Amino acid sequence: MTLIQPVGALSFMALSVVLFSLGLYGALSRKSTVMVLMSLELMANAININLVALSRFSAPAEMTGQFFAVFSMVVSAAEIGLGLALVLALYRQRKTVEIDAMQELKG
Amino acid sequence: MTLLWGFLWGVAAVATIAGGAILGVWWERKVSARIQMRYGPQQIGPFGSLQMIADVPKLLFKEDIVPALADKAIFKYAPLFVFGPVAVSMVVIPFTAGWAPLDTSVGVLFFLAVPSIEVIAILLSSWASHNTLSTLGGLRATAQMISYEVPRSLAVLAIVLLAGSLRPLDVVAAWRWWWMPLTFVAFVIYFIASIAEMNRGPFDIPEAESELVAGYFADYSGMRWASFMMAEYGAMIAASLFGAALFFGGGWPFGGALGVVVLVVKAVLIMTAIMWVKWTFPRLRQDQLMSFCWKVLTPLALVQLVVIGVVLAWL
Amino acid sequence: MSSTVDGIVFLALAFATIGGAVMMLATRNVVHAAFWLLEVMLATAGLYMLLSAEFLALVQVLVYAGSVAVLILFTIMLTLRRREDAIRDFEPGWGAGILAVLFGGALLFAVERFSAQMRPGVMPEVVPDVAAFGEKLFTSWAVPFEIASLVLLVALVGAVWWSGGDGQ
Repeated sequence: MTLIQPVGALSFMALSVVLFSLGLYGALSRKSTVMVLMSLELMANAININLVALSRFSAPAEMTGQFFAVFSMVVSAAEIGLGLALVLALYRQRKTVEIDAMQELKG
Repeated sequence: MTLLWGFLWGVAAVATIAGGAILGVWWERKVSARIQMRYGPQQIGPFGSLQMIADVPKLLFKEDIVPALADKAIFKYAPLFVFGPVAVSMVVIPFTAGWAPLDTSVGVLFFLAVPSIEVIAILLSSWASHNTLSTLGGLRATAQMISYEVPRSLAVLAIVLLAGSLRPLDVVAAWRWWWMPLTFVAFVIYFIASIAEMNRGPFDIPEAESELVAGYFADYSGMRWASFMMAEYGAMIAASLFGAALFFGGGWPFGGALGVVVLVVKAVLIMTAIMWVKWTFPRLRQDQLMSFCWKVLTPLALVQLVVIGVVLAWL
Repeated sequence: MSSTVDGIVFLALAFATIGGAVMMLATRNVVHAAFWLLEVMLATAGLYMLLSAEFLALVQVLVYAGSVAVLILFTIMLTLRRREDAIRDFEPGWGAGILAVLFGGALLFAVERFSAQMRPGVMPEVVPDVAAFGEKLFTSWAVPFEIASLVLLVALVGAVWWSGGDGQ
């Protein structure tokens, strides 16, 4: 009955790594800006899991990881708001949300 | 074991809401009839009370229509996610002193957070219908529900501040009768914002039948439509029970089984007031709705919080 | 005395999280992808519950399910000229895939190396409640808290400025 064994911080870290890699793949491979932003959220989520898990398994009384996760959520909420505003601005100018349309600064 | 308990509570919550919705529809038809100087249902059973029991089989056996162009997967399962969160949110309601189905230290937040999943389900179902009118209704509903969550949470925060705890049982235990006048404004805000959250009149712009057919559930029929309706009545029951527990001290002045009866009576009074509002006021306009939320309710809720802060410092 | 995380519940939630992420990247429909993102977020909230961070779990539900997913869906719906545009071509992105696999492999290797230092499966018993969380947040973490609120305000103004009407 190996399945019922309690899991440790390592399992959470491994889960977080897999989630982060999936997010990385999505952020690099998608051409729709909305999909890229969603993949970024996935990565932020993976990091939050890691923070909370490590904090819980090492020093739960301090709750440092939880505070970091809260602030990370604040930042990622701000990021998604700004990112989607950018997508809307892009759509207004170019009538598309493809990331290839954002090449104005290319030298 | 915990899973089994969770499952049982889920069944109990669904049964409560289904039964409550049946009684609620009958009660609403009676109340609205009185307001419009009619009699309402009166043929089947005493005072027409068995009318809804006759209506349920009709709903169950209706044809389940899925539009040809609909996004089938989302269209079929979104109603489940509209109804589910409402049922789940009911488990933290403190029914009597010292007993709630789920006693958690973040119960108040749970009650406010979990129904926000419903917003997404409404948006997705409206989109999946492949119908411009229902998509418009879904967008309106989302904007409205997200906005009114702010004054609603702030109003509940007033009580949390007084009680010094997010655990509903602690709030009920700490409740004193003089909180009623002190938090009256907060209760009014909670009442109005809850009506807006459940998309009922006069805030039913998302399902305004004169312009949007039936809004986000225009294409639904049979049981799937019924789950939208049950979600509406479930939200009404949950908001009334929670409001009665937090703002009116649960079973105060009684405890035990009598306390549960008192709580239910208070909740029924709040529900009747919700129906009264619906059948009395005309529908708001979209801009009125938004400015009412952000320019009236939210500042008022903040003022209420400041007042309670001052009172707490003075105590 | 120490507490543990139930293996089966963890496996179910891990499956939901990773499966949701895979489905989000595999589906060609952007609206479905947003739904799967929501599913990942809810499963993550479940993981937080396992780690006895109930407050964080509910904040996760409130922030991600209540607002971020709605924002994403709103943007998707506002930027589709036709409904059919929701279904996109399949983008394999081989280079990105190889890079992500290499990166993930390296990280997993590092985690595995780290494993000797971790006692498996044992959590310290101390579980501070929400009150302790709030007290710490407004004392030791007061400055980051204020900065976070400032960040949100700036982001709010910036988002309105960028997405606002054509008047400028």
